[in-house]
Amino acid sequence: MNKTGNPSIELSKVCMTFAKPSGEPLPVLADIDLALRDGEILGLLGRSGSGKSTLLRIAGGLIKPASGTVFYRGKPLTGPAEGIAVVFQSFALFPWLTVLKNVETGLDALGLSRAEAERRSQSAIDLIGLDGFQSAYPRELSGGMRQRVGFARAIVTEPLVLLMDEPFSALDVLTAETLRTDFLDLWMEHQLPTRSVLMVTHNIEEAVLMCDRILVLSSNPGRIAAEVTIPLAHPRNRMDAAFRDIVDEIYSILTSRAIASIEAQSKLHGGLVQVLPRATVNQISGLIETIAAVPYEGRAELVAITTALAPQTNNLFPIAEALHILEFAELSDGSLKLTAAGRVFAHSDTERRKMLFREHLLNFVPLAAHIRRVLDDREGHQAPRVRFESELEDHLTDPDAERTLQIVTGWARYAELFEYDDGARMFRLGAA
Amino acid sequence: MEHHAEILRGGVWQQRVPSWRDLAASILVLAVLLVIGSGTRQMVAPLSIAHQPEISLSPLALPLYTLRTVMRMLAALLASLIFTFTYATLAAKSRRAEMVLIPLLDVLQSVPILGYLSFTVLFFVSLFPNNVLGPELAAIFAIFTSQAWNMAFSFYQSLRTVPQDLDEASRSFRLSAWQRFWRLEVPFAMPGLLWNTMMSMSGGWFFVVASEAIVVGDLQINLPGVGSYVSRAIDERDLVAIGWAIAAMSAAIVVYDQLLFRPLVAWGDKFRFEQTAAQVVPRSWVFDLFRRTRLLRRAFAPCAAGIESATRARLALPVPRIGVSVGTHWRQIGDLVWYGCILIALVWVAMTLFGYARVTLSWNDLVIACASGALTLLRVAVLIAIATVIWVPVGVAVGLRPRLAEKVQPAAQFLAAFPANLFFPVAVFLILRFDLTPSIWLSPLMILGTQWYILFNVIAGASAFPSDFREAAASFRIHGWRWWREVMMPGIFPYYVTGAITASGGAWNASIVAEAVRWGPTKLSAGGLGAYIARMTEAGDYSRIALGIAVMSVLVIAANRLLWRPLYAFAERRTRLG
Repeated sequence: MNKTGNPSIELSKVCMTFAKPSGEPLPVLADIDLALRDGEILGLLGRSGSGKSTLLRIAGGLIKPASGTVFYRGKPLTGPAEGIAVVFQSFALFPWLTVLKNVETGLDALGLSRAEAERRSQSAIDLIGLDGFQSAYPRELSGGMRQRVGFARAIVTEPLVLLMDEPFSALDVLTAETLRTDFLDLWMEHQLPTRSVLMVTHNIEEAVLMCDRILVLSSNPGRIAAEVTIPLAHPRNRMDAAFRDIVDEIYSILTSRAIASIEAQSKLHGGLVQVLPRATVNQISGLIETIAAVPYEGRAELVAITTALAPQTNNLFPIAEALHILEFAELSDGSLKLTAAGRVFAHSDTERRKMLFREHLLNFVPLAAHIRRVLDDREGHQAPRVRFESELEDHLTDPDAERTLQIVTGWARYAELFEYDDGARMFRLGAA
Repeated sequence: MEHHAEILRGGVWQQRVPSWRDLAASILVLAVLLVIGSGTRQMVAPLSIAHQPEISLSPLALPLYTLRTVMRMLAALLASLIFTFTYATLAAKSRRAEMVLIPLLDVLQSVPILGYLSFTVLFFVSLFPNNVLGPELAAIFAIFTSQAWNMAFSFYQSLRTVPQDLDEASRSFRLSAWQRFWRLEVPFAMPGLLWNTMMSMSGGWFFVVASEAIVVGDLQINLPGVGSYVSRAIDERDLVAIGWAIAAMSAAIVVYDQLLFRPLVAWGDKFRFEQTAAQVVPRSWVFDLFRRTRLLRRAFAPCAAGIESATRARLALPVPRIGVSVGTHWRQIGDLVWYGCILIALVWVAMTLFGYARVTLSWNDLVIACASGALTLLRVAVLIAIATVIWVPVGVAVGLRPRLAEKVQPAAQFLAAFPANLFFPVAVFLILRFDLTPSIWLSPLMILGTQWYILFNVIAGASAFPSDFREAAASFRIHGWRWWREVMMPGIFPYYVTGAITASGGAWNASIVAEAVRWGPTKLSAGGLGAYIARMTEAGDYSRIALGIAVMSVLVIAANRLLWRPLYAFAERRTRLG
């Protein structure tokens, strides 16, 4: 399927910013040039916070970029257009409409007659394999069936371009696999009116399985860091050596990007504004123990652990990054190697673990050290959360700032570095 | 009056506006009321309504009276719905309109409903001189004020919290504003709107009864209805007739519930946003009848198809809108101009009000009104405390027994809906009979109708209390006072607060009719702000009615801001897991 045709959607020098509380713009996407060609499935791959979903919404005309232009079939795009349809991660079905009515909603804007609308909806339903479910309400359906409705509603408009925002990530592993295969079958057999697909995902294997081309995004702000072409013929086999090679390659691109971004952030503003990865203490300890144990013995390929743990964790990257940031392990070239401290941690009891964690938190997470220092200096040893929030919000988006504080609080509570009282929204030093 | 039912079902309660906006809105509301009241009074000074039908005390006349009363309720409901769809939509869609409309709504719902009546009745009467249509409209307007604010708030909050993915989906499918309204916004708002309508309807019965027979200055109005029937019965000291009225009203409420609300709630269940299946599906035999009977379905099919195609129509050019295209610079200038206009209007209104008040009122009046307010505040506080001590344990006991709760809950809801003012004559009769002190024994009347909100909210809270918590408490052998403090009270707290807010709001409202009552020629007054407003209404003294209403509104707003909202926010935060 490796035709290279005219671009159906083209992004030129697209930048996106969100407003900081101070009113200054905070960049989330910078200088994105991207062309979605006729006949291809293009994947957007990146960590959470790389702005990939924002990018997809800009391509669909749902969000207006801060600067730069989006072209759809050669003309500037000014809003949602006929011929572009979106499939959402959360399905975005109207709970109060039946399957049939939900699909028909896709056609409301076209002003078709009732009979025509029903005929087209019916044929989309047949194609997607929803026949028999027409009169069901979304809440009666399983996740997989709901997403099928999402697909039917998108293709009923006969779109030339299909934008898919992590369409399979809210589904369990088996269901996701079925839907992927079904979609690829329709695509390969040219049963869909669609000419090109743009798909956002954080699942590397999924991207390699489905896409003709993958763009890897870096974060803060999101840029296109690498482009990987996938020359494999469909249907692709995950066990193929060529398939594994590409997956490995992307893993090492992502790890080197992650390391670069961690390093870059630790240099900015004394490292205070580092976005912390979404990883709990339990996940961190769990991963350290897994790598310390057989068969990894202290060093593991990310691909290998991801495959081994797949059903439980669909995204290992944040946890791996947390290990790297805390220097319990070193992330390089797609593999994770425990440091000496990491090995000690794996074999220690709770008290010793807490001490180790506390030491590393103070040394390697400047934000934690900063909060602790402020608490030490203050009389009464307490400080309002909003103080640190506003410090972070000068450099991070609100959700990132909120999440980072939440994560550092979780880590610090475990390490008994400081306490947090949510009722008063105050950080405090614990009784020593 | 604020029933705050919007929070009963997961509504978001945020501190929406800084308080200076409340002040500004209060001034506006007061000014408008005053202008309407005094203006129309001058216009139509000696006003009387000819050909008012004599109210008959025969029980046979009651069914027709009840029907009239019910029709007024329906008309008000329709008006509230139209108001909700326009006012709330405007507030949610336009940032600048929102700045004015929402604080205004906040104040409007704190004004005692019968206060509106005193002012607006003359206005409506002057619109249709010598015609009963005027007082009819005034009565309908009074009921309207008891439900419209709540419904509008609920709808506004729903519009503001439309899930992002559905918003994006409807934009990506390029639905027009009209299609989006009917496909997305109204359905999403429906459960909250229905619940709020039902809650305010309960209050509505109270006000429909109170607004049918009123005396404002020289003007005496008796609209055919249950309220006038009771009023006549009081004149005649006819306790039997009051019994008949209570029976008729009970029947009307039951029928209304079965024919209108049960079907609506059963139908509205499909608009629940949660994707999980409900544990308890609301049922209604009327609704089932409609769905299952082919004949009825066919009869209504053309109607349904008409609605369907009306909501599918685009009714708009498909103008793609993404983001705001106007530069931030221009937007800021626009905001400044807008703020300027609001400020100028406010200053002008405030000065006019002050000028008016200086002529007619003295500082002494303010002192009297505030002192009466303090008395009523004390009453409300004590009554809520007493009701809490009585109904919380009862509610918990009932709520923890599902079989019992199933039976008690509808009864509590019925009692909350029943217009307690129908019972007032009975109480007054007893007070006179046993020669009791009115200033103490009239007080319970204020909470007679609204205490049930505490009961049924606590029952709901206790029934929803997770059984694994109870089992955990039992397995750790937590008993007695510790069980109450650490297990049950945190569990029912948000529900209790919701009930108490409604109960206290209702008590303030009821004070206007409860603190001053009569039985034949005998008049009893308990003192307090309600009695003050009632007295001034009867005398037709508009500036003092306005003063009384303003004091009451301020007290209600203050209680909400300083006590109930913080409590509710606390309850929300502390008792939520995750």
